[in-house]
Amino acid sequence: MAMAAENLMVQNPETSDHKMIARDVSVYYGEAQALKNVDLDIGRNEVTSLIGPSGCGKSTFLRCLNRMNDVIDGCRVVGDITLDGHDIYDTKLDVVQLRARVGMVFQKPNPFPKSIYDNIAYGPRIHGLGEAKSDTDEIVERSLTRAGLWKEVKDRLDKPGTGLSGGQQQRLCIARAIAVNPEVILMDEPCSALDPIATAKIEELIDELRQNFTIVIVTHSMQQAARVSQKTAFFHLGDLVECGDTQQLFTNPNDERTQGYITGRFG
Amino acid sequence: MSLLILAATLLLLTLAGYYMGRGRSVAVSGGSTHRLHSRPQYYGVYVALWCGMPSFLLLALWLALEPQIVEMILVSNLPSNILELSEDQKALVINQITHLALGGIVGGNITPEMEAAARDYAAMRQTGFAAMAVLVLCIAIAGLALGRKRIATTLRARNQVETVVSAVMIVASTIAIATTVGIVLSLLFEASRFFTKVPVTDFLFGLQWSPQTALREGQVGGSGAFGMLPLFAGTLLITFIAMCVAVPVGLYSAIYMSEYAGPRMRAVAKPILEVLAGIPTVVYGFFAALTVAPFFRNTGQALSLDVSSESALAAGMVIGIMSIPFVSSLSDDVMNSVPQTLRDGAYALGATKSETIKQVVLPAALPGIVGSVLLAVSRAIGETMIVVMAAGLAANLTANPLEAVTTVTVQIVTLLVGDQEFDSAKTLSAFALGLMLFVVTLTLNVIALRVVRKYREKYD
Ligand SMILES: Nc1ncnc2c1ncn2[C@@H]1O[C@H](COP(=O)(O)OP(=O)(O)OP(=O)(O)O)[C@@H](O)[C@H]1O
Ligand SMILES: [Mg+2]
Repeated sequence: MAMAAENLMVQNPETSDHKMIARDVSVYYGEAQALKNVDLDIGRNEVTSLIGPSGCGKSTFLRCLNRMNDVIDGCRVVGDITLDGHDIYDTKLDVVQLRARVGMVFQKPNPFPKSIYDNIAYGPRIHGLGEAKSDTDEIVERSLTRAGLWKEVKDRLDKPGTGLSGGQQQRLCIARAIAVNPEVILMDEPCSALDPIATAKIEELIDELRQNFTIVIVTHSMQQAARVSQKTAFFHLGDLVECGDTQQLFTNPNDERTQGYITGRFG
Repeated sequence: MSLLILAATLLLLTLAGYYMGRGRSVAVSGGSTHRLHSRPQYYGVYVALWCGMPSFLLLALWLALEPQIVEMILVSNLPSNILELSEDQKALVINQITHLALGGIVGGNITPEMEAAARDYAAMRQTGFAAMAVLVLCIAIAGLALGRKRIATTLRARNQVETVVSAVMIVASTIAIATTVGIVLSLLFEASRFFTKVPVTDFLFGLQWSPQTALREGQVGGSGAFGMLPLFAGTLLITFIAMCVAVPVGLYSAIYMSEYAGPRMRAVAKPILEVLAGIPTVVYGFFAALTVAPFFRNTGQALSLDVSSESALAAGMVIGIMSIPFVSSLSDDVMNSVPQTLRDGAYALGATKSETIKQVVLPAALPGIVGSVLLAVSRAIGETMIVVMAAGLAANLTANPLEAVTTVTVQIVTLLVGDQEFDSAKTLSAFALGLMLFVVTLTLNVIALRVVRKYREKYD
């Protein structure tokens, strides 16, 4: 495995096409293996979507990328994952710093029960990004604007974030993730609780965010994967079956399991 | 004994009513129960209610009224020479007769008239009971028959049963409310009697508490002073010391248990902590008096501090230890109920564990935490036994925790133990103290509720 990691560093990792690289990643929950030897490259400033039937390990893989699995009792990750060429499971790297660089948006919107303003300002504050009030104000406005929420909430910044609609809450969570200025944003089925209009807004947003961020998104909607992503990875029963250009994977899959899934024969 | 048999019979009848009702409803529906308005169980309960409710009500009524009625009849039949006796003596004679009738051994002189009356009395009670038993059983059976007869596919059994159940619940809560109101009213009434003897201002702002009033005319030192301030100061001092112990320790152990401890540690630690709440306060009391207070005294001597052998510090510390489980257990529960998704949200932003706890978990759990602290405060304010044993009875107005103080509850106890006249200022002052205590705790609760409402961070 050390060999594999070394080979990866031949080209300059800061400018390589691949923002994150996973090699031979396996995840165990206690005795049960949820992910089997996954190799996946995540392209810089690209949207990579993870698809596959329920329980195949998409969320598990996503949580490996910012070490959210650390929080789960009995979860064990083996293999190498690098961010710009640096091993993220290295003990020299503080997991807190990693999560500031690799942000996450969850399936169910989970705004803090604080005001809209404080929801956004929370991350910058703990990372000391906005020392002065005016800095924080600016970050809040910028993040909300980028998440397409500023116009809707600018008059009620002091109202609780939990009082927003589901779609607004999810955009608030995206704004919250953007506010700490991460390099990668992980999204676990961000639209599954939303109606088609809110979904369209978020898809649009994802497409814009691609300019500045690397995005990995888990989705159950094939159409959504086709619409927003450049790369798609198909998981099945803990295996990464196939990974490639979205266009190619949907029109001309190599593996018959992929074929079966995207044509709706199982899953 | 025969009462027990009667009650058991009624219960059996009621149970039988349930099964009959259920069976009957199935029969009426012709086997397809979906044609019934309600599910068969409800028809069962319906018949059981018809059978059990009126008969048990009658039984209860009888138990409540029978002794008075029989005694009235007894009195009206007494020979005139007894009736002419004074009230006190008459009551004594009646008492003797009833004892005689129950087969007890009775002292004093028993006249033949009294024996006759006792026989009558016993007979009367027996026939009365028999008649009542028959009546109650008849009513039960009649109810059963009636209920069963009313069963039809269109009978809205569920709605009727639910009406009865909700009526029962209303009665239960009315009883609770009425009791509270009654207690408050009696406090108010007795306290107002006290205030006719001692001016309100003397009570509220007096700095002296020595409730010994003269029993005899001209006794020395018997004027009495009823200033409540030393007592409330003592209560607040002890409560404050107790909270200084209970809140940090309880809160930290709650945080540890809900956020840091593994499931196995939690499974062991939580019950052990809760055992603390199960120790009787007397045990804490002598622990305070025999271990903690002497310890402080000795330590004080070593540091050449003047610590009295009964100190507010000792009592407050021990009350604090006693209150730890109230804070820790409840806070732990509310922190556990904060959704994991909120913690994940904070972690995903790069918050550390302690930042997550301080800024996300604790604010979300605030109402419950404040509630648990309030519970501990009211326990501390109301605590009597530990204070009696460890803090003494001296009503000193002081803020020095090393001195002996006393509290409101302790004084209420000392005012009311022993033989007392029920209209002396000394006795009545207990009610005034109780009223003030009530007002203070109520105010505390209201303030805390306001605070919580203002600062709570509500998650859905
Ligand atoms: N905390 C956990 N403890 C034990 N097993 C888990 C845990 N989380 C996930 N698993 C198991 O790991 C496997 C993969 O789960 P994962 O949540 O990654 O699936 P998924 O692809 O995200 O599914 P879905 O599309 O339904 O979200 C499943 O078999 C699941 O039961
Ligand atoms: Mg998932």
